[in-house]
Amino acid sequence: MAHALADDQNGLASPPQDGPTLQIRDLSVEYVLESGIVGAVDKVSFDVNPGEFLAIVGESGCGKSTLLFGIAQLLNPPAEISGGSVTFRGRNLVKLSDKDLAAVRWKDMSVVMQSAMNALNPVKSVGAQFKDAMRAHGVTSQEEIAQRSAEVLRMVGIDPVHLKSYPHQLSGGMRQRAMIAMAMLFTPELIIMDEPTSALDVVAQRSLMAQIKDLQREFHFAVIFVTHDMSLVRHFSDRLMVMYAGQVSEVGPTQQLFDHPHHPYTVGLMDAFPSIRGPRVQLTGIPGSPPDLARPPAGCRFAPRCPKVMPRCETNPPPDYELEGTSVRCFLYDGAPEVLSD
Amino acid sequence: MTELQTQPGPQHAGPDQEPLLRVDRMSRHFKIGNAVSRRTLHAVDDMSFTVGEREIVAIVGESGSGKSTVARVLAKLYKPTSGEAYFQGKPLSAIRSRHERLRYSGLVPMVFQDPFSSINPVFRVSHGVMRALKLHRPELSSEQRFAEAVRVFEAVGLNPGAEVLERYPHELSGGQRQRVGFAQALAMRPKLILADEPVSMLDVSIRIGLLNVMAKLRDEEDVSILYITHDLASARYVSDRLIVMYAGHIVETGPVDEVLGNPRHPYTELLLAAAPDPRAPLNASAEADRGEPPRVIDPEPGCRFRWRCPLAVEECHQVTPSLRELLPDHSVACHVAQAGTPTGAFR
Amino acid sequence: MALPITTGQAAGPLEPGRELTAAGQRRWSALRRFSRAIRTNRKATIGVVLMAIFIFVSLFPGLLTHQSPTAFSSDITAAPSAAHWLGTDNIGADIYAQVIDGTRNVMILAIAVGALTTAVAMVIGVAAAYLGGLWESVLSFVTDVLLVIPIFPLLIIIAAYFPNAGNLVLILVLSFTGWSYTARQLRSQAQSLRNRDFLLAAQVRGERSFYIIMVEIIPTMTSLLLASFLNNALYAVLAGSGLQFIGLGKSNNVSWGTTLYWANQNAAWTTGRYLWFIVPGLCIALLGVAFAFINYAFDEIGNPALRPLSAAKARKAAEASTRRRLASHGARAR
Repeated sequence: MAHALADDQNGLASPPQDGPTLQIRDLSVEYVLESGIVGAVDKVSFDVNPGEFLAIVGESGCGKSTLLFGIAQLLNPPAEISGGSVTFRGRNLVKLSDKDLAAVRWKDMSVVMQSAMNALNPVKSVGAQFKDAMRAHGVTSQEEIAQRSAEVLRMVGIDPVHLKSYPHQLSGGMRQRAMIAMAMLFTPELIIMDEPTSALDVVAQRSLMAQIKDLQREFHFAVIFVTHDMSLVRHFSDRLMVMYAGQVSEVGPTQQLFDHPHHPYTVGLMDAFPSIRGPRVQLTGIPGSPPDLARPPAGCRFAPRCPKVMPRCETNPPPDYELEGTSVRCFLYDGAPEVLSD
Repeated sequence: MTELQTQPGPQHAGPDQEPLLRVDRMSRHFKIGNAVSRRTLHAVDDMSFTVGEREIVAIVGESGSGKSTVARVLAKLYKPTSGEAYFQGKPLSAIRSRHERLRYSGLVPMVFQDPFSSINPVFRVSHGVMRALKLHRPELSSEQRFAEAVRVFEAVGLNPGAEVLERYPHELSGGQRQRVGFAQALAMRPKLILADEPVSMLDVSIRIGLLNVMAKLRDEEDVSILYITHDLASARYVSDRLIVMYAGHIVETGPVDEVLGNPRHPYTELLLAAAPDPRAPLNASAEADRGEPPRVIDPEPGCRFRWRCPLAVEECHQVTPSLRELLPDHSVACHVAQAGTPTGAFR
Repeated sequence: MALPITTGQAAGPLEPGRELTAAGQRRWSALRRFSRAIRTNRKATIGVVLMAIFIFVSLFPGLLTHQSPTAFSSDITAAPSAAHWLGTDNIGADIYAQVIDGTRNVMILAIAVGALTTAVAMVIGVAAAYLGGLWESVLSFVTDVLLVIPIFPLLIIIAAYFPNAGNLVLILVLSFTGWSYTARQLRSQAQSLRNRDFLLAAQVRGERSFYIIMVEIIPTMTSLLLASFLNNALYAVLAGSGLQFIGLGKSNNVSWGTTLYWANQNAAWTTGRYLWFIVPGLCIALLGVAFAFINYAFDEIGNPALRPLSAAKARKAAEASTRRRLASHGARAR
């Protein structure tokens, strides 16, 4: 049943990909304001492989949410994509018309928002919203709709009797699960999640993460998970991408990043998490603030706050260096091979 | 990296000395519903704890635990439904005249959670501090007030103080605004600062800076802090003693390393298992618990954690457990908890 | 987005020879931004220009006419001529002079009622929201009662008790009936502010309620207060002129509404004296437009989401972004 829905795409289906599910190349997003242009995302490139869990980590203002919206083609003016490509299953989403995008949306790629209360319609029951989503994508049979709705709710551990409930009647954790269920209606290949756990308490958060991971293992979809909390994704993500001031500062396998962080920002970020069990040590965090993206610095964007800054960092932007499967944008690793963009 | 100094010995008062703050069986209920169905929400029930001089006590709990309500009662924004709190030996309910209320609010100020709404956007950031000084330290001349404002700003790390005072709130980052909140509290020469989730809305790399400010206030400005939070890691980093709350009750309390190293209440164990710690391996036992909010509306007697507790026995459903000292200076409110071993509910 | 730290010197280059403090520079740049906003927003420009004209006329009527608006003359209900640009009324007075001199009375009415209504509404609405409890119930009840009664019949009834209502009576009557709507609005706004942390912070700091209302709440509501003032001024122009038109005003008051009254009494429409009522009526409409446009303009300037998106503007923006994209493409190819 799940496969039947996924293949129903009016002949726009492409053959299954061997390569990456998603390829981002030099994607840039700008906010066009009266006071000037703010480059929120600056030439970001990365891949997402089939079934992979990629976590994008960064603090407020780093551009991670903007990047997400850029990938999903959900940007509204004054934000716009000013360059680069988003290749999903071989097709560049940036160049697609609204009609073609609609065929891709929700069937092959779906989005889970940060706050379910913002994304769910408060005056419609959960079941009615599932029905809307399915009808919008061509599923007309009442029976099919009812069956699939119950099925996805069970998948996330909610009793299907809640199809009749309104969002405010569900607890925070249940609402987020309902959002994930809705994103799974057509078992897409890629689900993008924008901080889906940030409104939840720590126990609910842990439970939801485990649920997402279980679903991923069962249905083999790729996940892009944006968060500001590195420790949350440590045990769940395959790869981790750290963003700072609109750029990717480091990306690589999660385990490697945690065991041997390379970029000084990554190191600083990890040190900013006090441990619950280890020895109590004084931490310093990362003093200072991110740069003003309306007037970005000439060299490395982290240079003003970097404890290991060198003179060349302030004048030249560093390239990406490749180190055992991890890509780092920092002059400290000059000498390692540079990552070439294809 | 230097080892943090843990405060030597119990800072709170010995049996003869009156502690700075003593809360005695305090409850706060709210009436909800309309004329047809009147119900009572037991936000805080029967809480007793103390805070001593120069110590940071953390109250940790999830939403619905009542931790914010405790702070608001202590700030005299609400009156307790029953029970009493004693500050410097004097009961809060005896504070009635305007003069006494003003004095209390200077000694026990509050710092709020949201850096974007806790400062009036229309005025410069000097406004709040100068008003606080004018109200609480009327003996100062206007030059002295300004000098003191500069001093407290610099004490919380806003340098140069005179320049930052001239800025508007929208010109400061979230972390800086929270520091302004602490500076305003400090200007009143407090003895106890009620910090209601002061770092929850800040970026991770900025939180440490604020937590360090709190520790500095304790060490250098002779201030105690009641730190309300849901984040166990930050509570551990900065506080001396820990109070774990669930559904309006205290479930466990003691020195922070003792409670986190030797948890005895199943809920504390659950929190420890669920809290993300990048340096520790994953503890999968917490995943089954959905984190459903506790029932605090017209609750029946019995332990409020019993619905989620894998070790609940008959007694848990009948009798509300009271806080008893299981180990030296380490109290737990649980029928199945034992002094010798952890309950192992979530291991 | 976390806001970057900005230094005190946010303004542009200093005027030669003038040394401004950081605060002075900030104020200067705010003024420049403000005037630019008015120039670029069409509604603002129209509104401000119209208002400026009316203010000028009300301040300096002597520059525009030397005739008396009330002088008898033998030339009764004359058609427009070189001597009387809009003709004369039934006692031979110059209609053009009436329109010019009447501007001042209308402006006084508008501004006085606007200010008084807003002030009363502010005190009652904000107090009701902040004090809550019994105060809120009582004040809200009073507000709602006045709101429910239809305004125009109420106006007529009250005005009928004061025949020959001069300016002062009109101001009081209009203010009395007009404050309730604004009070409701301000009360809602104040309620939404009530639990903002900075108000709690002021309370916990030990401030008195009166201080919190006047110093902490009301300054954050300035945009709504300004909008209320403009709204109520508009109401005063229309309702006041309306009352005068149906004859409840003082009959020898020099005002557009009164002129319209006399035009109606003397069947200006049927006798072909069209300008007698068209011009005063047009003035009333234009002044109303001025107040309304300035109100919209403040909204749009403050909230970019409300700005009109014309097709031409959208096309220009799209062309500009394509140009930029090609430029950056070219830069990378180098």
